[in-house]
Amino acid sequence: MKTPVSTAPINPAAPDLSPPHKYKQLAGWLVLFAVLIACSIRTDVTPYQLIVGLPQMGSLLQEMFPPDWSYLPTIWGPMMETVQIAILGTTLGGLLAIPVALLCASNLGISRFVSLPARMMLNLIRTIPDLLFAAIFVAVFGIGPFAGMLALVFFSFGLIAKLTFEAIEAIDPGPLEAMSAVGANRMQIIMFGVVPQALPYFMSYLLYTFEVNVRAASVLGLVGAGGIGLLLDRALGLFRYDRASIIVLLTLVIVLVIDYGSTIIRRKLL
Amino acid sequence: MKNTTSAASGNTSGSVLGSRIRFAVITLVVIAVYFWSVQGIHFEGIQGTAGTVSKSILQGFLHPDWSFVYIPEGEDLLRGLLDTLVISILGTVVATVVCIPFAFWASTNMSRHLAVSGSGKIVLSVIRVFPEIVVAILFIKAVGPGSFAGVLALGIHSVGMLGKLYSETIESIDRGPQEALIASGANRLQVLRYAVLPQVIPQFLSYSLYRFEINIRSATTLGLVGAGGIGTPLIFALQVRNWNRVGIILLGIIVLVILTDLVSGWVRRRII
Amino acid sequence: MIEFDKVSKVYPNGTVGLRNINLTIQEGELVVIVGLSGAGKSTFLRSINRLTDISEGEIRVNGKSVTRASGSQIRHIRRDIGMIFQSFNLIKRSTVIRNVLSGRVGYHSTLRTMLGWFPKEDVDLSLNALQRVNIREKAYIRADQLSGGQQQRVSIARALAQEARVILADEPVASLDPLTTRQVMDDLKRINRDMNITTVINLHFIDLAREYATRIVGLRAGEVVFDGTPEEATDEAFAEIYGRPVMQDELLGGA
Repeated sequence: MKTPVSTAPINPAAPDLSPPHKYKQLAGWLVLFAVLIACSIRTDVTPYQLIVGLPQMGSLLQEMFPPDWSYLPTIWGPMMETVQIAILGTTLGGLLAIPVALLCASNLGISRFVSLPARMMLNLIRTIPDLLFAAIFVAVFGIGPFAGMLALVFFSFGLIAKLTFEAIEAIDPGPLEAMSAVGANRMQIIMFGVVPQALPYFMSYLLYTFEVNVRAASVLGLVGAGGIGLLLDRALGLFRYDRASIIVLLTLVIVLVIDYGSTIIRRKLL
Repeated sequence: MKNTTSAASGNTSGSVLGSRIRFAVITLVVIAVYFWSVQGIHFEGIQGTAGTVSKSILQGFLHPDWSFVYIPEGEDLLRGLLDTLVISILGTVVATVVCIPFAFWASTNMSRHLAVSGSGKIVLSVIRVFPEIVVAILFIKAVGPGSFAGVLALGIHSVGMLGKLYSETIESIDRGPQEALIASGANRLQVLRYAVLPQVIPQFLSYSLYRFEINIRSATTLGLVGAGGIGTPLIFALQVRNWNRVGIILLGIIVLVILTDLVSGWVRRRII
Repeated sequence: MIEFDKVSKVYPNGTVGLRNINLTIQEGELVVIVGLSGAGKSTFLRSINRLTDISEGEIRVNGKSVTRASGSQIRHIRRDIGMIFQSFNLIKRSTVIRNVLSGRVGYHSTLRTMLGWFPKEDVDLSLNALQRVNIREKAYIRADQLSGGQQQRVSIARALAQEARVILADEPVASLDPLTTRQVMDDLKRINRDMNITTVINLHFIDLAREYATRIVGLRAGEVVFDGTPEEATDEAFAEIYGRPVMQDELLGGA
């Protein structure tokens, strides 16, 4: 026995009661679908290939085991170089970011004619990936860690400056007003009003960028910019997958250790 | 570290001393770390050629090689950028599809035992740790150089981050609609389809678009190691020091990245 | 008809939810469950469609055992029991009609519902259900655009579209203002009377309970301490249920 809710069609007279057309949504999905097919044709990448290709990765992984543990002492030095590149690149980039972040912030009374171009420059810099910077600097300064470090300086600069100026804009305006009320000049306001509030954020972003940079530095060697990446490239070139795997493993361990330490410090900062 | 000193100032002199010692130790450690780091970078001084090289680079950037933008018979800027765009679109789609099961696996509210979601979270963070370039060269070794390796590299690497964001979305959903569906006699799949998916899909799409913005940046570098896209002509131009060409390629990358950011941002605002 | 046969519920942490409940609710009754928070009202209601498992005893709905039902049997039983929640539990981003239709999924194969193809009759049924709660014109609007009272009516419509024989309402008006509270209670009462749907409602406003119920059940510490008509549920009776005199915030007022 069913409830007597009538299934008779209801009065369709009022036009606003009919279901709205879903053309827009449908068009969106159709466009996406068409784009995917076009992409698939352009690159010859089909779902079939994906399904066939992934197992090939599996057989490669099989060749990577067991790792060549005896290679560990050889790669320790370059791994440390990777960390050093990341430390220096992050620090120098962070130092450069401080004045620019102050110029970009809209709440410190900086003229828009300065802050807008500064922000535009930051956005431009951030469109260029670290590895492209590295490839360019290798061409200029020759193969070696210096080029890699410079690449990370630029990359870190763009990232830290953006995060920091956003943090500065979010600080509590109360202390700044209080200071200008007692007649402090702009330098004094920044030193005693802005810095104490923004410093923990800046330090936290610095550490975060360092985490990102350790990952980045581990592949800089692929374009000749120093660090462990060079050895990885060489091992793969010689089909020494057992060596490649020990390099990857060591990189994983170092990255995890640094992430862990950095996360603990960041938690204490904020 | 400054706040520890100020916080302790009201206390006994012992803790002031303690915080001073701590401050000194931290300073020493920081100095030691930097001393050690500087040792590692052998800076040979700016080479004599650096000046002229820098000058020619500047020249190249100021006079980009416009003729490279379109070459009827083959490898030009537009096709390189198109390939980069295509690789990042396909890579993002692959990642989106692959990461969904991972995301449900790693969500605490989708399984009864914490061990299940915990293991899923560990797998996702391991995937995240691999830089995509490393994934890319591994795939190049496995399937040969070209766009396909690039798509796979972006697809697999992005799973780590997307899976994490997706699972956080799943964990944040309102439990109520699920209960309502269960109460009306729906089975597990129906609950998923009518109570979970409608809540998470817009956020999923938004995260995928965000990841797409990251992927397009990564895709420009994939070619440097042979995984297709604009990076391939770039590394050739760099090797032969054709700075005018490097200039036009960088310009092209900047324009592509800015345009895709704009489009993707527009779509994201419409979805949410 | 809902039968409670020596039903007890003890939570894993030792809290007693229900204590030896023996109760029969006849078809067409509008039973209001009252009691302090923590008295077991929610457990009582949720055990009827087994959103909460009971520890002892048996519950039967229309003769079928809820307690002993298998996975697919319980889904069949639940299909005939509509549930209305304090927080509405709508999918806020979906349209109203979509929310109402989601009450129909128990009637169709998994495959069909995965594709989201509902038959025309289901759509008509859902629109009629919306008509009954007077929000037919909101059918194609997103649920989060509606006011709280309207959202609760959508969830009533969902229960109607389910063609439920029984409606359970867990504090349906607790997050509504006094005016919409009466509208929602009027809807529930009308549906109960017109369609002869057995209705069980948890309420904490005692004047609403007296006004709308055909029968009032009082729970205290998981036990039935009152079971009678609204006329019998005097202030003294409520003081007995609550273990203390009735307080002002337990009255909605403004009748």
